[in-house]
Amino acid sequence: MPGILVVAEHRNGKYRRVSLEVLSKARELAGPLGGSLSAVVTGSGVADAAAELGAYGAETVYVADDAALGNGLAAPHVDVIAPLIEQQSPSAVLIGATAMGKDLAAALAVRLGVGLNADATDLSADGGALMASKPIFGGQNIVQCGWSGDLALALVRPNSFPAEQSGGSASVETLPVSISERAGAVAVTASKPTDEGVISLEEASIIVSGGRGLGAPEHFAVVEALAAELGAAVGASRAAVDAGWYPHPHQVGQTGKTVSPNLYIACGISGAIQHKVGMQTSDVIIAVNKDEEAPIFGFSDFGVVGDLFEVVPQLQQLVAERKAG
Amino acid sequence: MKIAVCAKEVPDTTAEKRIDPDTGRLDRESGDKMLNEFDKYAVEQAIRLKEAGAAEEVVLVSMGPAKATDSLRQGLAMGADGLLLVSDDGLAGSDYLGTARALAKALEDVGAELVLFGAESTDGRGGVMAAAVGELMQRVWVTSANTLAVEGGNATVDRQTDEGVDTVTFALPAVVSVTKAINEPRYPSLKGIMGAKKKPQEVKGAGDLGIEGAGEAGAGTKVLGIETPPPRETGVKVKDEGDGAQQILDFLIEKKIL
Repeated sequence: MPGILVVAEHRNGKYRRVSLEVLSKARELAGPLGGSLSAVVTGSGVADAAAELGAYGAETVYVADDAALGNGLAAPHVDVIAPLIEQQSPSAVLIGATAMGKDLAAALAVRLGVGLNADATDLSADGGALMASKPIFGGQNIVQCGWSGDLALALVRPNSFPAEQSGGSASVETLPVSISERAGAVAVTASKPTDEGVISLEEASIIVSGGRGLGAPEHFAVVEALAAELGAAVGASRAAVDAGWYPHPHQVGQTGKTVSPNLYIACGISGAIQHKVGMQTSDVIIAVNKDEEAPIFGFSDFGVVGDLFEVVPQLQQLVAERKAG
Repeated sequence: MKIAVCAKEVPDTTAEKRIDPDTGRLDRESGDKMLNEFDKYAVEQAIRLKEAGAAEEVVLVSMGPAKATDSLRQGLAMGADGLLLVSDDGLAGSDYLGTARALAKALEDVGAELVLFGAESTDGRGGVMAAAVGELMQRVWVTSANTLAVEGGNATVDRQTDEGVDTVTFALPAVVSVTKAINEPRYPSLKGIMGAKKKPQEVKGAGDLGIEGAGEAGAGTKVLGIETPPPRETGVKVKDEGDGAQQILDFLIEKKIL
């Protein structure tokens, strides 16, 4: 079966948006790569959701629904997906670069002995072969990557493509579930979900970030308020995280997360290289900083030199008024 | 119990990097180098486990040019007991899979019950090495540990997922990657820095360890080209005269974001 297989992630009752983004892009690539488009979804309580992927272009959806696949660990999923890939031998396997997706891709690369290109932000069909574009050093260079073998395995960064329905329908095939002793050897004894309403940094389409200019941890409330108004995720600079003002998972930058949202609003962030490489692939960058010499203004689309404690709450108010119509 | 910590020398994160246009690889010769910041958290956790009596020995394992010992010595200065560096011209150009194969062989040589990784490297940024090496070694692997406790051959980890935090338990041997939430890495003491040079620092080649399927020849991926897009242009900068927020809003509306 030459063609593309998209590994879709379904958690807490819905698909991760990046899975739908990758599937939408794969629909465009399947033709030029000379094959069909299929998807696989593995998890607990996912059987009913399998057919939904038809609307995004999957012709066939393979589904494995088992309690052993619902604990947030990737290893059991590898036991189900690796045999499917061996059996169907697609020419490309595409996975969204979530925490789960990275683990899956790493283990699949080893299990199948194939090359993995991680962090792709664009995919194209180049003379019948898949090509992945990967930004390095925060987009300073773009590397075009290929594969030396017959199977192209890629991790795709969230927000790289729009998720668009095509209105198709899929045939659903159920996969056998057989989990190895090793994959089943990790027991989950407790689970504490993230507070509702907290948006994951990598998948957010808007991020509002705070830095040293906030001056104190409690001042992050200003950033959080604007983020809430915009439906955005909250980010933080290394300075703010190292000072203990905001938790590590929110750090944007070279020693934090790399993000590419549609809109990035930097509040009181100077824009050191360390931060820049984590966010300069954002579509639109807005900066508010009282220091008119701050490097962040050098790569922002719109910068306001001013007091963030005035500008940011005013912006929040204006957004609220606009929403109210 | 012995703990191995996989660590990597990376380019200085505060400096601009460059790609060698001839090879398409990172120019590792020029510019300052440092120990990958994420790895310091893994080194720190290993040292803490040793200090708590859960381990007797902490060994750093790395792959890179022979000169990488300069950066890796920082881990020794923090308190690791020794270092095994896999260094071989034939390993240049290794991709994730090749690197994982080389590290797995080196780790078998070291024979540690617990293998720790940092979350990712500040240059490669894949965040895939712990799972890949765990899979190659056919061990249990657990990624994104916010906490790690070891007792009586069993480990307990609070692991960060995209949905929250899960507490997991498993028996060693295992491979674990840690997040930056796990601890606050210590600064090496003067005594630690002075003593680091005297600690065992072994360098082995691919042949010594029986490494196969690594280096450029074994790579499953290839670089087809490199582009240098024009740098981001400097946009509009205005001084807030009381209407800064309004101007941002107008700009966002004009860009059709709001």
